[in-house]
Amino acid sequence: MQEPALIPHLFRTEYRKVIAVLCKRFGFDQIEIAEDIASDTFLSAALNWGIQGIPENPVAWLYTVAKNKAKNYLQRKATFTNKVLPESSMQANTITQPDYEIDLSPQNINDSQLQMMFAICHPAIPPEAQIGLSLRILCGFGIEEIADAFLTNKETINKRLFRAKEKLREEKIPIEIPAPEALDNRLASVLTTIYLLFSEGYYSISNNKVLRKELCMEAMRLCYMLVENKHTNKPPVNALLSLMCFHASRFAARIDKNGEYVLYDDQDTSLWDPDLISKGAYYLHLSASGDQLTKYHLEAAIAYWNTQKGDTPEKWENILQLYNRLLQIEYSPMAALNRTFALSKANSKQEAIIEAEKLQLSNNHFYFTLLGELYTGIDNRKAKQHFEKALHLAKTITDKQTIQKKINRLG
Amino acid sequence: MDEYILIFRHEDGNKIASPEQMQIWMNQTMEWIGGISAKGKFVSGIGLPFEGSKVVWSHGVVTDGPFGEIKETIGGYITVKADSFDEAVEFAKGCPVLQGEGNSVEVRKIDKHG
Repeated sequence: MQEPALIPHLFRTEYRKVIAVLCKRFGFDQIEIAEDIASDTFLSAALNWGIQGIPENPVAWLYTVAKNKAKNYLQRKATFTNKVLPESSMQANTITQPDYEIDLSPQNINDSQLQMMFAICHPAIPPEAQIGLSLRILCGFGIEEIADAFLTNKETINKRLFRAKEKLREEKIPIEIPAPEALDNRLASVLTTIYLLFSEGYYSISNNKVLRKELCMEAMRLCYMLVENKHTNKPPVNALLSLMCFHASRFAARIDKNGEYVLYDDQDTSLWDPDLISKGAYYLHLSASGDQLTKYHLEAAIAYWNTQKGDTPEKWENILQLYNRLLQIEYSPMAALNRTFALSKANSKQEAIIEAEKLQLSNNHFYFTLLGELYTGIDNRKAKQHFEKALHLAKTITDKQTIQKKINRLG
Repeated sequence: MDEYILIFRHEDGNKIASPEQMQIWMNQTMEWIGGISAKGKFVSGIGLPFEGSKVVWSHGVVTDGPFGEIKETIGGYITVKADSFDEAVEFAKGCPVLQGEGNSVEVRKIDKHG
């Protein structure tokens, strides 16, 4: 029989290309029509290929059908406009024949996708909506998959996407690569969205392992598109790609057969992907130009050190310094906790305990997990108390299991 | 044995289907046609991708179509051989197009004299 998942595969790779080109051509005013045409093309494929068999070049078939559908739409719209505005049809003779052709060349597909990326990640669009739209329009995810990734239902996602599209129209966001003077700022919000998309996959509590990995891969793909374009290939973009490569290299090692998280210290290093590690190093190297030091640079450098398994003083001293700088650029509770952990490794647990107790992140289970870790071997009774507080605060089963294991180890 | 044409009519209205669902429809269509072919009764089939279509009216009027004016569109057809109308109808009943609300399959006997 035929390849069982041909249509989902093509949908994933081609839908986003068709939609980007059509959106660029029609504008956000008619984004729903662009979506309908793209979806309809695949419906036509399902029926036609079912009857007549799969064509020799399915992608070319899809492009031809999408082009024709779009052309039909443009022609109908023009006819309608001429009927409504008869005086303009009087002038029609003097105007050159309108162009209804749709350009689905690789160059235009690529340009359109990049322009869409900037439009969707416009600062006026709320971050949650940016991610939803990115998944739908830039990554070609189904509504169901998006709902699955956010652990919600299709209705919620549909509503969210609907509002996001309204916003794109209200704000009259242009579909273009921003002018050079605005590029760095706009690029920053594109990178934020890509980073969120990656984190959504990497740290998501969704049980769908395959889907989570795909979210990460999509984030990397979008970032790679930015690296490939000469206007957007900037040091922070390389830094972010490097960071994601390093993290992704541990995919296979960080989740075990039962879907449970494997802590860094317990990971089987033979499962780390050396290819991704060397790609990470490559982009980290490329990111080290210009005078901008972003959080991606620092996080990528930290991630690099984390690919070095051994506990050398050099490693932890470097990680500690990187966290110190990261916290200056952007404070986050997680970074503060990680910095304290690095401190315990670089200097001593006693010193880290003093620092940790200053943090007072008393509603954060990671905080108490860290305190538990730090007290382990120093004061096991206190360690247990902290772990128990963490257990009480933890929300996901995975986190609870991880903490329970630590308690069990105390004996 | 007579030939019959089975015409698929789709209720207009873009129902969003997941790619996985589309894949299932495609496979079901292939299996359905495969089943008819296995009996040696499949003649031909054509899918109509709804693209580049025109409607020619009396008095030489040509419109883009068949959109807007008509609520249903023809998605394709197959022709089969059958011993009776009933057998042709049985074939039609298995058509996956019928899973869509409002869709139908029209069965017509092909006149073959001459």
